[in-house]
Order: sequence, then C-alpha cells, then structure tokens
Amino acid sequence: MLNLSLQQQGDALRAKKISSVELTRLYLDRIATHNPVLNAYVTVEANKSLAQARAADAMLANGSAQALTGIPIAQKDIFCAHGWRTTCGSKMLDNFIAPYDAHVISQFNAAGAVNLGKTNMDEFAMGSSNETSYFGPVRNPWDIKAVPGGSSGGAASAVAARLCAAATGTDTGGSIRQPAALCGITGIKPTYGTVSRYGMIAFASSLDQAGPMARSAEDCALMLNVMTGHDPRDSTSLVRDKEDYMRELNKPLAGLRIGLPREFFAEGLSQDVAACVQAAVAEYQKLGATVVDISLPNAKLAVPVYYVLAPAEASSNLSRFDGVRYGYRAPDYTDLTDMYEKTRAQGFGAEVKRRIMIGTYVLSHGYYDAYYLQAQKIRRLIAQDFVEAFKQCDVIMGPTSPSTAFNLGEKGDDPVQMYLSDIYTIAVNLAGLPGMSIPCGTGANALPVGLQIIGDYFKEAQMLGVAHQYQLATDWHSRAPQGL
Amino acid sequence: MKWEIVIGLEVHTQLSTHTKIFSGASTAFGAEPNTQADAVSIALPGVLPVLNQGAVERAIKFGLAVGAHIAPRSVFARKNYFYPDLPKGYQISQMDLPVVGQGALTIQVEPLSGPSTGSGLKPYEKTVRIIRAHLEEDAGKSVHGATQNLTGIDLNRAGTPLLEIVSEPDMRSAAEAVAYAKALHTVVRWIGICDGNMQEGSFRCDVNVSVRRPGEPLGTRREIKNLNSFKFMQQAIDFEVQWQIDTLESGGKIQQATILFNPDTGETRSMRSKEDAHDYRYFPDPDLLPLDITPAMIEAVRATLPELPQAKRERYTHEFGLSAYDAASLTSSREMAEFFDASVTMVGAANAKLAANWLIGEVSAQLNRDGLDIAKCPISAAQFGGMLARIADGTISNSGAKEVFRALWSEGGTADAIIDAKGLKQVSDSGAIEQIVADVMAANADKVAEYRSGKDKLFGFFVGAAMKASQGKANPAQLNEVLKQKLAG
Amino acid sequence: MSLTTQDVQKIARLARLAMDDTEIAAARAQLSGIFELIAEMQAVDTSGIEPMSHAQELSQRLRQDVVTEPNQREAFQAIAPQVEGGLYLVPQVIE
Repeated sequence: MLNLSLQQQGDALRAKKISSVELTRLYLDRIATHNPVLNAYVTVEANKSLAQARAADAMLANGSAQALTGIPIAQKDIFCAHGWRTTCGSKMLDNFIAPYDAHVISQFNAAGAVNLGKTNMDEFAMGSSNETSYFGPVRNPWDIKAVPGGSSGGAASAVAARLCAAATGTDTGGSIRQPAALCGITGIKPTYGTVSRYGMIAFASSLDQAGPMARSAEDCALMLNVMTGHDPRDSTSLVRDKEDYMRELNKPLAGLRIGLPREFFAEGLSQDVAACVQAAVAEYQKLGATVVDISLPNAKLAVPVYYVLAPAEASSNLSRFDGVRYGYRAPDYTDLTDMYEKTRAQGFGAEVKRRIMIGTYVLSHGYYDAYYLQAQKIRRLIAQDFVEAFKQCDVIMGPTSPSTAFNLGEKGDDPVQMYLSDIYTIAVNLAGLPGMSIPCGTGANALPVGLQIIGDYFKEAQMLGVAHQYQLATDWHSRAPQGL
Repeated sequence: MKWEIVIGLEVHTQLSTHTKIFSGASTAFGAEPNTQADAVSIALPGVLPVLNQGAVERAIKFGLAVGAHIAPRSVFARKNYFYPDLPKGYQISQMDLPVVGQGALTIQVEPLSGPSTGSGLKPYEKTVRIIRAHLEEDAGKSVHGATQNLTGIDLNRAGTPLLEIVSEPDMRSAAEAVAYAKALHTVVRWIGICDGNMQEGSFRCDVNVSVRRPGEPLGTRREIKNLNSFKFMQQAIDFEVQWQIDTLESGGKIQQATILFNPDTGETRSMRSKEDAHDYRYFPDPDLLPLDITPAMIEAVRATLPELPQAKRERYTHEFGLSAYDAASLTSSREMAEFFDASVTMVGAANAKLAANWLIGEVSAQLNRDGLDIAKCPISAAQFGGMLARIADGTISNSGAKEVFRALWSEGGTADAIIDAKGLKQVSDSGAIEQIVADVMAANADKVAEYRSGKDKLFGFFVGAAMKASQGKANPAQLNEVLKQKLAG
Repeated sequence: MSLTTQDVQKIARLARLAMDDTEIAAARAQLSGIFELIAEMQAVDTSGIEPMSHAQELSQRLRQDVVTEPNQREAFQAIAPQVEGGLYLVPQVIE
C-alpha cells in the first residue's frame, strides 16, 4: 500500500479495498514509529486527521469521491490550517493556532484529502538543510547523519520515508527542489502565480511558490490538479483556465530538445552528481530527445541577487511578528520598544535574524539603489537569459544541487557556504519559471542525486510528461531508503 | 526686516468606501473595538491585500476635480516602521508613482487677524498647486489610559482607504492655509469621495511650516501633525510661526521636526516617540501588482462628476453677474449651490442676484441661528423659489417677503398661501397709489408747501405717511415715483 | 565590503532586534561575508534595464467594494498575548 501511486491508492479506496481511516492509521502508525528519529513532522493530530478520514470514507461511500479523496497528505507547516498549530518552524509561532485555512489547505479539504500533519521546515523557510527549525533538524531517511535539504525538509523526509502519501512544499529559492533531490523524491515548483499564496506564511512574496512533493511525476501531476487555480484573495494569483496536469504524461519524447546550460556544469559541481546528471541526459537521448548546448550568462549572479531581494522582502514580511496580536511575546520588558526588540530577538532564530538584518540594510537610506534596485535590474537580465534559451530548447536540464546531502552541522556557521547549495535553483525563482527535481541516481556515498528540469512559463504539464517518461524507463524514483 | 511664511499641506482624506482598501472588512465609524478588524486588518500570517475598486475610483474622481493627471500606471510601496497601530509593521502607500499627479485648486482667501495674517484685508483669490495625491491605508487607533501603563489598540480603522493630498508650499499665511484646507474640504465632499467629518478623523491635515526672509531659499520646516479643525489649524500655525520667528531672531536654529498642537494650551511641541531617525525603507509591495488605469476607467468616472465649485463660481459671475464673494459663498457646499441652482431655475437668471442675496443673507442667518446646515433647511428650494417669484413680480414688498419667509420657515406651506392668508399682497395699482398720495398731500397741505419751498427732508415724512395709509402694502418703488412726481407739482 | 559596528547596531535597531555586543560582533563578521558575496553584482552594467519587481507583467485586479468579512474578534483574540475589552494591549505608547 505504501508504495502504490496516488492513483493506485485512490483506486484501492474507491474499490473499498481499504478505507481512508485504515490508510490514515497506517501512516499515523509509521509516523509514531519513525518520526522520533526523522523529526519530519512538527505537529500530528490523529483525531483531526481521522475525523477527515471518516468524512472521506463517507464521500467514498456515497460516490462523491474525487482523485485524492481519503488520501493522507502531509502539509508543510507554512500553510495556515484552521484549528491547527501553524509554526512556520519558528518559536515565534510555537503557540499559533491558525484561525483560517490557506487556499492550498482549502483546496485539499474540498478534494476530500486527509491532512496527516504539519511538516518540519527551516524557520520561515529560510535555510537549505532544515537545521534552522526551532523544532530541531530533520533527518534524511537515506542516512540519518545527513540533512534532508531545506526548507521543505520535513516534507521531503516524510515522502521518502513513506510517512505520507504525498506532501506540499514551498519554494522561494529551491526549497522544494533541493530537498526533493537530497531525499530522492520528485518535487515541482510551478510557474509563479499558479498556486495561490493566500494563507502561506510569506518569506519573499515575489518568489514564494507552493508545489507538490511526491514519489513520482505522476503523483505530482495529480497533486497539482488540486493545488492550482485562480484565487481572488491573492493579487498575484494568475487568472487561467483550470488545466489537467496529467494530460501530457504519456507523450513520447521524440524530438524533445533539452538545453544544457554550460554554467550548470562548471566549477562547484561535485563529480558524482555530474556523472548522474550526464547519465540521465544520455537516457533521455535514448528516449528520443536531442541535446542543445545553451548559456545562461547571468545565472552566476542569481545567488547574490537572491540574497538581496529575498531578505529585503522578508525583512518587511516578518515585521508583523511583534508580539502584539498573536504569537510569541517576551515575558519581561521595560517599555514598548524593549517589548518589540526582546520579542523578536527571542522569537526568531539566528538565520532569520541574519536575513532580516541583510534585508533591512539593503533597503535602508543610501543603499537602496546600489543593492535593491541593482538586484531587480539583474533579476530582469537573468529572466531574459531564459527567454533566449527557450528559443533553442523545450526544457532545460542540469543538477538540482551541487552535491548530495551533506551531514548535519557540516556547513557549520558559514552562511555563505549554505547559500551556495541553491546555486542552480535560485535563478528559476527569480524568473518565475516552473522547475522540478527528479531522482536520477545515487552519488559516491549512496545518497540520491536530483535532476533539475526547468520549463518555460506554464509548461508544467510538459515537464511532468518529460519526467514521467524517464520514470517509466528507470526506477530511481521507486527506490526507498533502507531500514524503513 | 519682515519674515515670509511658507506653508504646505498634506491632507489625509478617508475615502467613503464601504470596505477597506485591501480587504472586505467594513469601514463604518463607531463600531466596538476590533469588530471590524478582519484577518487582513490584524495582519495574520499569510494574508494578502487585494485593492478596492471603490478607492481607486474615488482617487480618479479627485484627480479629475483638481484638473490633475491620472497616472496610467501607479505602484504601491511599503513604508516600513514599527508602531502598535500598524499591524504589518509597514504601511502600504504610494511613493514614486502616485495615482494622481499635479493639479491645482483655486481658493478664496478671507484674511484673518493674527501674526501670520496675509497681504491686505480684502478677500482675494489664489491658486494653490497640488503636487500629487496618493492612495494608502490608514493605521489603527491607540486608546490610552484604559489600563494603567498600557495602551489599547483598536484596529477597526486600520486599512481604511486614505487619499493623501500634498500641496506645494504655496501658502503664505494661516489664512491662506485655512482657505486651502476649506476649499479642499468642500471639494472632497462635493464630489462625494469623503464625508469630511473632521471630528471622526475623516479629514486630517498635516501642516508644514517654515519662515524665511523674502527672496531667500526655503527655511527648515516643522510639520504640525493631525490637525482636525480649521480653528486649531489657524491657532497652531500662528503659534508655530511666532515660535520660529522668535527662535531665529534670538539667534537659534530650526530643527526639522514633527510636532503636535495642544488645543488646550494653544501651543505646539515635538513628538517624543518619533525621535528615531526615520528610515522607512520604501520598496514596491511584491503582494500588489502595478495599478493600471485605462482611459475607459477615467471616462466612466468623469461621467459621474458633478459640476465643480470652480465652474459654478465662473458661471455665477459671468452668467448672473454675481460678485466673486457671492459666488464663493454660494459654492461653499454642493448642497448650497444646488439649492441656489434650483431656485434660479424657478425664477430665471434675471432674478439670480435676488436669490443669491436672500440665500447669503436671510437664509444663511436663519440657518446659523438654528444651528442647521443647508442640507437640513426647513424650506425647500421650491418653497423658496415661490417666494422669490412673488418678490420679483412685485406681489410682495421686501418687508412682506420677510414675513412670508418667517412663516415658511416655521409653518411651511407656500408663499402664495401665506400672502393670501396674511394679506401681504402689496398695492401696485397706480390709480390706488395716486389716490393715497393725493389723500396724504391733501391732509398735509402745510408740509407740501414747506417741501415745495425747499425743505427736501420732508420727502421721508410723505413716504412714511403714504405707506402707513396703505397699511404697508404700497409698492415702495411705485410710491416713491408717484410722490416725487406729485410733490414736484 | 565591511560593515562597522555602528552599521550593525543601526540595522538591529531599525529591525527591532535586541542584540548584545557579542551578537553584534558575530553579526558584523557574518554580514560582511554575505555582502562580499553580494558585491559580485555591483560590477554589472545595468544601465537602461528596467527593474523587475514581479515575475509576470500583469496589472492589479480590483475587488468590488462589498463587505465580505464578518466580525471574528473572539476567534482572533483567543490567540492574542494580551487583550482587554476587545483591545490589544501593549506597553504604554508615548507620543
């Protein structure tokens, strides 16, 4: 049951081979067993999940079930879910019971899916290793000494360890794709504006985008069908016809042009990752695709640009956490300013404070033009590089992460080293393009390697098809970590 | 050597929308604390702003009313600072690209007395340039003293749409500043974008004041925040100007500052909490896309625009020959102007002056005595016009008209019915008047002789006697005419 | 690029983050490293390039001016640190 695809699980539910309550219990039992080690979930509320499962069973009984009805889905703890503690990985929101549902949560509720629990994450989605969570680091099920990646590390770990059928994530600079790569699962960040950000606690508003994390491209397609759609409560939510992301899964790859950006195979990429990615490209050629050498000349600037823009937006987005209306308030203070300063100093962790400081600085008087405006201009250059590239190819491929999962504590206190983990993923967010990661092998230490697939705007269905065809021809995506 | 006073205004007008600028929470005044503070107003994590069309339309309407350029594309920016009544830690406002560009407002200045009194004492007209007007959200309210050492925060007002209207520093006296504020107050109510209720904070003025020697560059300004009455504005400016002049003349320097006016003491003082050097870290709000205003949107709003005070004033002076002062008085509010227009429709343009005199004189005085607004006038324009028509056609005299007016005010009805009931119809029949005059002259033959021998002053005696004989009903003009003729012999 | 202690103190104050001298010193070292990384973009000639604020070139949608939000004070204040009489309470604000 645990290794069935979402579609197969749905079939089993609809055929009454298993009930949603039974399926939910199966996962809750696995969480009880393995979460103490993996720490993938921050909050599990069996009663709430089982109540949803019972409601799903009623839908299954009366024939009103949809594709995901009754299927237990893990929700990243960045999505507000009514009545659920929603922490965003922060002490600041340790006691925050969300009084409303995020759009994504409403969509899953409407589809009859079961909320299995809230997954651990880097604090306010700031991090690439899940070590910045107030609730402790998440472990990689392939090697519990290793990080799962971040910020959607709990989701990636839970999917890889079969502690949920599928999960949601969010991706601001690689937070779906990098942990998907490091945990050997499939994740897709759709085009910016495809999934509503309403109720998703903001990190960098112009870059944040939610997406699914699952065991296969097919599962991701099914998840996207539920998650996407226009939401009038998000001004940046795109008004587009609802599409079926399953529709191109079975499209043959003959004639597909794959662009390989030279900049993604240069210095900084570890050998084992490069080998796996090259093997995957060779597999695609066997499946009928052709390869085009392309260049993204400004991609090397993505990291510096990102570390201006994302902290700038974050410094402002996180100003609402002031101890006045909800969340943490420092126990002792002398006056209003002291209350603010202590609340925020105690409520936020080191990485969040660091980014607030960077953002505050780059927006401050006298520095705005040199940093913020300059970064916004280069952001356009980076986006234009992709426009040029997509004149020559249909999809772009390369590594998701420069290395396989590193060990907990390995990057220590050097934020710059950590920031470079997202060197291949960030440009996609800056351009607002869809990007995904699929497993394509294992590295020298037997840890998973991710292949990044970048599509043109709104080409998610095509990308999912490209990924699915590879997953029909290979079995990397169906391998599971040992001992679970 | 004289000092020149330089004043610019930033006026925050609360727009009269039903809901907040970025959410569907009600903006009704006076609700229980925080009952209109929805998820967006209290800035729950994850909530997002969506712009209210009503606020945009009202901004466009204002722009059209002051002849301003409406930006085809404007951008919302975040102004970052921490304050408990600002739930997000930033205010959504407009910085580089405001929705309304440069415009102008013509004002009628009535000089006031005081140290900052402007040139001369006669009323004059002046044009004040408007730099820009931009949309932004209001903050919540701090309630002090509810509990000791604590401040209560009510976020019902947070997110109420504001149009901040910024003038050039074109004003040179408190009188001009007040006249501008009043003119702006009239316009925003006139076009229906703001209820103008200053007690409830719907129209709040920040006044930038500096002084300089004529011809020199602008002096350092201090900003008087949140003035909510025209009287306080004048007092605050007068005090501040005197303070700045005294400071400079005693060798001091003016530091740029934000100050508050205390109506109880009539003094201004610096705000303590804003000592922090401000660094608002403006940047475009990533949650909101650029606001694009199409020509079609502008035309749709233009179609709803009433005739504006300035246009009406010009029409009144050109078509009706009214003085600038009368035209200004009649356009002090849209209700007053509409009352006047309706009266003129009844009595014709030839009698517009008569209508104006009555409205500015008797009607305004009576409204004042009763503490009423023209909108609450107990006499309708139709009743008023009916009375004017009888004055115009000579049916009633001026004193008769006053009696009709009093009756209309207190009892209602029509002028004609009152004239009949009270027998106020004046005698305009020339035969009857000649008979009265003849009778009076016959009864006072001695005085006729005196008059004819040069004692002109007696003319008044004859008028009085004849009027008395007619029981006050003789048409005075006609009576004068006949008397002059007959007495001349 | 290197930040001074005063720079870091000023940023911490603007961001309302209490930091002691040790934290300021650590932050100064780390931020300086990050700004070295960021400095790479300073050399790029961006004259004539329009800044990019949004991923898509779209216009703001407008919402009808209709009340949609009911009173939820009780639910919202159930999670507030300190309230009384429907008001959120904070240490006294001095103007």
